[in-house]
Amino acid sequence: MKQHWLQTGNGKAVSCKQIPSLPSLEFNSALAEALENKKRVVSWFGMESGSDIRVFAVCSDTSHSALWVTATMFEAEQRSFPSLASRFPAVHLFECELYEQHGLLPENHPWLKPVRFEHGRKHSLGMHDYPFFPMDGAEVHEVGVGPVHAGVIEPGHFRFQCHGETVFHLEIQLGYQHRGLESLFLQKPLLRQAALAESITGDTSIGHVWAYAQAMEGLTGVTPPERAQWLRVIALELERLAMHIGDLGALSGDIAFLPGLSVYGRLRTEVINTSMALSGSRFGRGLIRPGGVVYDVDSQFLAEYLPRMLTHVEKDMDGINEMLIESPSVIPRLEHTGLLSTAVASEIGVVGFVARSSGIAMDSRHDHPYGGYVFLKSRMGAIPTFRWGDVEARTKLRIAEAKQSIQLIWLSLIHLNDQSSISMPCTTDQIQPDSLVVSMVEGWRGEVVHCVVTGPNRETLRYKIKDPSFHNWFGLAQALRNNGISDFPLCNKSFNLSYSGFDL
Amino acid sequence: MLNALKVRWAQGYQTVDHIRQVELNQRFRGLPVIESRACPEDCQACVEVCPSQAIQLSPVRIDLGKCIFCPDCSKVCPAEKIHFTPDYHLSCNEREGLVVGSQTQHPAVKTEERIKQIFGRSLKLRSVSAGGCNGCEMELNALANVNFDMGRFGIEFTASPRHADGLVLTGPISENMAPALQATFDAIPSPKIVIAVGACGISGGVFAASPALDRRFLEKIPVDLYIPGCPPHPLTFLNGLLDLLGKKYS
Repeated sequence: MKQHWLQTGNGKAVSCKQIPSLPSLEFNSALAEALENKKRVVSWFGMESGSDIRVFAVCSDTSHSALWVTATMFEAEQRSFPSLASRFPAVHLFECELYEQHGLLPENHPWLKPVRFEHGRKHSLGMHDYPFFPMDGAEVHEVGVGPVHAGVIEPGHFRFQCHGETVFHLEIQLGYQHRGLESLFLQKPLLRQAALAESITGDTSIGHVWAYAQAMEGLTGVTPPERAQWLRVIALELERLAMHIGDLGALSGDIAFLPGLSVYGRLRTEVINTSMALSGSRFGRGLIRPGGVVYDVDSQFLAEYLPRMLTHVEKDMDGINEMLIESPSVIPRLEHTGLLSTAVASEIGVVGFVARSSGIAMDSRHDHPYGGYVFLKSRMGAIPTFRWGDVEARTKLRIAEAKQSIQLIWLSLIHLNDQSSISMPCTTDQIQPDSLVVSMVEGWRGEVVHCVVTGPNRETLRYKIKDPSFHNWFGLAQALRNNGISDFPLCNKSFNLSYSGFDL
Repeated sequence: MLNALKVRWAQGYQTVDHIRQVELNQRFRGLPVIESRACPEDCQACVEVCPSQAIQLSPVRIDLGKCIFCPDCSKVCPAEKIHFTPDYHLSCNEREGLVVGSQTQHPAVKTEERIKQIFGRSLKLRSVSAGGCNGCEMELNALANVNFDMGRFGIEFTASPRHADGLVLTGPISENMAPALQATFDAIPSPKIVIAVGACGISGGVFAASPALDRRFLEKIPVDLYIPGCPPHPLTFLNGLLDLLGKKYS
């Protein structure tokens, strides 16, 4: 491991010169070896410089919080590499992305599909040419849904290959939301991109802007004041709490459990209004900036407003949770629906609460702690998981995580001391030139990963974003197999993946 | 059973009755107010820091159609000229009316007699997210919850464009979504209205400079109502629509 990889940590900048530059085949075997040894590829992306393409890979080693980086260089005439996707399906989409963004062909890739139809993509396929998997048979039929769906929701196209009511295969075509985000990050001074980070996906504003801010702090060597670290934890856990509660309401609506729809809906309002009292925005926007946070809280918020909200929401949430779990119409509808077994989940590399619902204990707050979680890690207890991987497991896990978020906010409140500073200055001349930083934050869906590469004049050469949805959409497609097509909305809500976070 | 009663009791009555007069938390960033005092000489701090090019100088004006209501300009201004107020009445039917300065009028929605006559009692809307980040979409969904309960005013989102009276556009219009946006608009029977929601829908927002957008739809199709925000508060949306429809309420 050591000779092929450079060890780094979450939010820590390393000099690009120190990163091993392996010949392409050796890079591949280094990746394969890491994957065989139960490591996980956290990011794998290319960066163009002239006619050369430098490719970086980042692996995660959960056993001791380490991240490992390595790189290779593709010169002008070299535009292919042997695919690893058949042996390690978890990396299949990274390879598709390298092909779409840079024209690097993964040879013998079993499933080389368009990823998001990037602007300036290197393949010639258009949105209308998506190569759906065809299925033949006398009683086989296809159902196409989208991009515009029935509700107020982001666009995507779902193609179901069905036998009667049963789904054999679901293929998900994304890319409708593609806004060219990664290239927008290169257009302006790096330290002024917080608002863009907040708009990667609106439901994970805090998760993404924290990942961005942590990357900036790694590059500038600035440590935010302790008070800012705790306020960030509060904001992130409020976001998680609000999204889990909101999704529990949406799930209730899908199975006609109307008390859930209305009670969870109201509780979510109380939580996001607390985010508004903290940050001026119901989605926590405008709070986190490189170097710290913009707004402080007063003693009235800390001593009254927040504790009152937490106590009240927890009490009412317990009541509606109990009603949900005990209603005879609910659990039988959820159990065995949308199964994602532990074996499939780990093979395809899903992350976040979807992985935890399928029995995989992973959580970057725990595995790669940052900010206030360095302290909270030992107080969080074991990562809550469920074995079954069905909608019931994902529902119960969200209930457990919502309660854990409330506990974490209580713990953060204890540690908000009287230090007055909430921000440290972060300036462009502090940015380390020729460096790479990997920044991970556990958003409510799972790990949000931002990788930034700077050039010799402190300019941004590459900004790579990975939302947890990048891995988990394929998990949803797998979970739908052998389910009734009418179970799709329920399965979809239990995952609630991001279109804009995937499409970038 | 006892628990079900407790849950029902705790739920109480949650609907916001007086949606015109609700006072939001003082920290909420709604309408920016620009003081009339002079800028320091050659100062461009607010323009430089603005993530969506919403600010013009001499005199300082903020285009709410571009503004994402982040606190950045108010924090860098050495003269403290800009501050955000919790005023959420931001909608307007004229694009120019969204530009606010120290002397300009408060953005307002004029009731259009024709729209009031046709849709005043019932308005069904089809939402299209064309590159939206899910912020606006979640706030539009919140309009249906027990707090805002938009249905009580006869305004609802509908599943099929064929059943709709208008289009609600969110997002900066990605080129990958532009054909589907046009097809959805075409499928809505006339007469129909168009409502542009959020900085992205109105101007492209923080994505305006991206080559991956195709905003030609808005060059052809006139917009009846602009609802600024990033995302707009549900009350901004609801008040804007009720004004447009000339609904009497207190």
